[in-house]
Parts: sequence; C-alpha cells; structure tokens
Amino acid sequence: MELDRQSELNALRPDLLRFARLQLRDAGAAEDAVQETLLAALTGSDRFESRASYKTWLISILRNKIIDIIRAQSREVSATSLSADEAGDDRLAESLFDRRGHWKDTARPGRWADPEASFEQQQFWRVFEACLDHLPEKTARVFMMREFLGFETGEICKETGISTSNCWVVLHRARMGLRACLEESWFAGAKT
Amino acid sequence: MLSCKQATELMSQEQDRPLSLAERAGLRLHVWICTGCSNYRRQMAVLRAACRRFGSGGTP
Repeated sequence: MELDRQSELNALRPDLLRFARLQLRDAGAAEDAVQETLLAALTGSDRFESRASYKTWLISILRNKIIDIIRAQSREVSATSLSADEAGDDRLAESLFDRRGHWKDTARPGRWADPEASFEQQQFWRVFEACLDHLPEKTARVFMMREFLGFETGEICKETGISTSNCWVVLHRARMGLRACLEESWFAGAKT
Repeated sequence: MLSCKQATELMSQEQDRPLSLAERAGLRLHVWICTGCSNYRRQMAVLRAACRRFGSGGTP
C-alpha cells in the first residue's frame, strides 16, 4: 500500500527539524535544510511501504543537505573557537580521573543493561538528543560530522581547519562527554 | 602501563585510525585487568551503534 506522502511528511517534519538543528545549531539553516529536503521528497517518485523506510530515505536526503551547508560554512570551526570549548571538557576529565589518571571510585564505568532494548524506546532518543545538545557547540559539530555524516577525520580537518591530532582529541572529548551524560541520565537508572 | 585516562584516549582513537601494534597490545592488557575500562570500551561500541542508528533515521 502506498503511503499518504503529504500526511507522512507533516508527521515526520519535527523529527527532521530536530535532526538538522542538532547538527547545525542554527534554526534558520536547519529550516532551510528541511525545506529543501521536503521539496526533493515531494518531487521524488520512489514508493515506500512504511513510515520507517520513508523516514530513512528522508534522513538520507537531509544528511546530504546538511553536508552541503557545512561545506559552504567550511572553516567556521576554527582552532581558536575549539579551544574555548576545552575548559569545560577538562573539568569533565578532572571529575572522572584521579591524579594518576585512574578512574575515581564514583566515576568508574559500570555495566549498561541491554542497550538494544533502550534503542527501541523513544524516550532514550530524547535523552540521546539532549546529551548531544549538551556538548559544546564546536565539539558537537566535529563529532556529528564524524558519526552521523560519515566524514573521515582527514576530511574533518580539511573542512574545519584543525589538525588531525586536534581532531582526535575533540572526538575523544565528545565521546567521553556523551558517555557520561547517557550514563547519568539514562543507564544509571537501569544498571544491573 | 597505561593509565585509565590514556586507555580511554586510545579507545576513542581506535574508532578513527588503526592503532599501532604497541598501542593495541598496551590497550588489550589494560582492558583485560581493568573492569572500568572494559565497560567503557563496550560503551564506546554502544555509542557508535546508537550514532549509526540515529544518523540513518532508524530511531522509533
């Protein structure tokens, strides 16, 4: 059965907008990316049997629009603005490790119970989005270029003008921050 | 011997570049004896899986 595209688009629009906003952190640019995606979607002639497959297709169009926008804004994430993010990230490291660099007792990672089950819950993804949004802006930008948009670190360096080793440091901070946030906001309640 | 802090750096970098033989050996040894870092490594894999899913629109 063919989907009613118009009503599906309306239903999925908030998801698309949130996805674009997280990555662009600019309501205007996010709105533009979603508008262009919707236009492309309406002129496309592919057929979809479920909302899930339609959403996957829309997100793949949106991802390309976001990549175009990021390429156009290239070098906006400068080394200097990244260092402004650093203070907060260093505080996180201090709260996790003792002076010898070992886990503090209160911070040692525990087991996360059944992540796959969490992936099936909408509430988990709300927490996931909130945790991403909580990362410093430029750190989040580099992380999402790597993890959602599939950039290799070399390309991220080229687009953002940071060095490869700086890129690794930024990605490490992003993962550490995101892990700590998910642990605290989601998995701590579900730990076995 | 790696500290946990250094081990977490390598556990991030192994997702972005191939680690050297010495780095892999050091990390393997550390993770083997350190429960916190062994959990951390599993959680890095969960993060990547979550990102794959989120980035491709596969969320409920």
